[in-house]
Amino acid sequence: MDIARRNNVAVTGNPQGRTVVLAHGFGCDQNMWRLTLPALAEDYRLVLFDYVGCGRSDTTAFSAERYATLEGYARDVVEVSEALDLRDAVFVGHSVSAMIGVLAAAMAPERIGAHVMIAPSPHYLDDDDYRGGFSADDIDELLASLESNYLGWSAAMAPVIMGNADRPELGEELTDSFCATDPDMARVFARTTFLSDSRKDLRSVTVPTLVLECTQDVIAPREVGAFVHAAIPGSRLVTLDATGHCPHLSAPDATNTAILNFLAALS
Amino acid sequence: MMCRTGQQQEPHEADEAESSRGAFAALLEDSAEELYENAPCGYLSTLMDGTIAKINATLLGWLGLDREAVVGRMRFTDLLTVGGRLYHETHFAPMLQMQGEISGIALEIKQSGGGRIPVLVSSSVKHGSTGEPLLIRTTVFDARQRRAYEEELLRGRKAAEEARRQSEADRARLQDALAVLQQSLLPDILPVLPGVETAASYHTASPDRLGGDFYDVFPLDGKRFGFFLGDVCGKGPQAAAVTSLTRYTLRTAALHDPDPVTALTTLNKVLHERYAAGSGDPRYCTVVFGTLEPDPDTGQVAVRIASGGHPPAIVTRADGTADFLPTPGGLLVGVLPSAQFTAATTTLAPGDTLLLYTDGITEARTGPDRTSLYGDQALLSFASDHAGKPASALIEALTALLQRFGDGLDDDTALLALGAPTAGHRTRSSR
Repeated sequence: MDIARRNNVAVTGNPQGRTVVLAHGFGCDQNMWRLTLPALAEDYRLVLFDYVGCGRSDTTAFSAERYATLEGYARDVVEVSEALDLRDAVFVGHSVSAMIGVLAAAMAPERIGAHVMIAPSPHYLDDDDYRGGFSADDIDELLASLESNYLGWSAAMAPVIMGNADRPELGEELTDSFCATDPDMARVFARTTFLSDSRKDLRSVTVPTLVLECTQDVIAPREVGAFVHAAIPGSRLVTLDATGHCPHLSAPDATNTAILNFLAALS
Repeated sequence: MMCRTGQQQEPHEADEAESSRGAFAALLEDSAEELYENAPCGYLSTLMDGTIAKINATLLGWLGLDREAVVGRMRFTDLLTVGGRLYHETHFAPMLQMQGEISGIALEIKQSGGGRIPVLVSSSVKHGSTGEPLLIRTTVFDARQRRAYEEELLRGRKAAEEARRQSEADRARLQDALAVLQQSLLPDILPVLPGVETAASYHTASPDRLGGDFYDVFPLDGKRFGFFLGDVCGKGPQAAAVTSLTRYTLRTAALHDPDPVTALTTLNKVLHERYAAGSGDPRYCTVVFGTLEPDPDTGQVAVRIASGGHPPAIVTRADGTADFLPTPGGLLVGVLPSAQFTAATTTLAPGDTLLLYTDGITEARTGPDRTSLYGDQALLSFASDHAGKPASALIEALTALLQRFGDGLDDDTALLALGAPTAGHRTRSSR
């Protein structure tokens, strides 16, 4: 199988630099890194990809069974790493991808030499003393939200996502489509993401790790950032003065600076 | 009724026009602020971090909140259900940040009384003179009616998907059942025949339909073996029933008298009595029946065959040649109450192979537009290219050929090769 095509892999940046893998989270695709690329491209070799079922991945490779667990997504990371023969790469994972990176590193330790976790959360549900921020009903509501925005997707987005090269007039709509996903696959990713529990897996992390959190993030509140930081010995925690769950979009300069400082300290 | 008699306006008409102009002007006076506050949709302006800076009365009314409780105190996401907040953070906000606008997203807002209103939300970013983002403007439309309709559509869609899944499951079950039935009409494994190498292959054109091709190889009396390969007219359950009857008749007939002509004559009688004469529903087949008698001393195999309307067998020789083995005069089996069949014989020397096939392969459509047939001569030529090879290699090559036909192959194809092995290949069989 052509993994590079399956996961829509793009390699850019400085071919001589250390490899940095940028992994998008639930809800979008590699376009999320648009404001990160310029800052890192000069000194680092950058690998971007879409998880199967997201962005412009080969959706025929999707299997609801494989992607019912984060391990399925982690295998995407391992397979992309193998296809490019990555060694000791820095894995930058947004949101759930930070945990996917942890699982991938456990599967193939030689591939990943450091983690940058942007707004990570190992467990989204409240659970005894742990405050993930959400109840199971909340997750059902999210799934309903995905469904509600289903109809519009099917009609307007599907042809664009499917990449009709013979219909260039669709290109104009492209800007609206880049975070659109097949709702069935999005539902699987949502369920897998928000019902996952990777708290125990954090202990397996032994490589240098940077945890980036935002001051105001409903999805990964500061208690969760503190939990991740505490669970990974030697990790560095940086709190960005940013609101929302996507500091690499809402506060790109601060986010890039934090990542660059961490990368510089690695070498 | 008023009748106009000239250009001159009646005094009270002029008054009316004057007052309507006045009302229109008053409406315009009402203008921006009034329209903003009481428009039939919600308006909202937030800072880039989502803090609500301005909100109109319509939206406050929907929310059941006072302006003081909202402005400067709440963020846009505070107005949403938790699920909606998740959707906002994972889809809405990133897209808005990247595109500068987003429209028609279905969300729900919470009312202070605990209710929810489905809404359609559109936002755009207002930029300053130097292009820096200043604030987000958002419109919120009441989508209660629309959402009820959409939910019905979603329910319909789910029902349709469920029906599709069910029908796919049914189809898979049917295919499983058919595959089992089909297998029951073919030998599980070919028996190991001392002094003969056997290989066979069955290609199913459609998993939804039982094919009508069949073959078998079986021991007769310790030194001889019987074999047959044929094609029942038609497909589906009826054809399968004929196949089953044909198989058991030929096996039984061969044990009684292995002479190929006798076996086919018996089959003709049985099929004709059961179908054409019995039920007035003529069903027939084409078939080659034969016997093999290997000679352990010379490694040669004596072949005696008879054919009922079936394409001629091909014999490939160790020297690299191939020829048809004609079986003249054979009629379709089961059509007439009595039919004449004639026998043909040949001897396979070590390295020679007898190939039986059904017309699925010769009638495969080939060429760029799938309009020409593969044909007898092409098959003979293909066989001669593989002459001298063991039976299994010939079947492998033919199977690969069938695969290359792709959707040009629209009938089932059965292949059976019986070879006199060279010294190194004695007593091998494969399927």
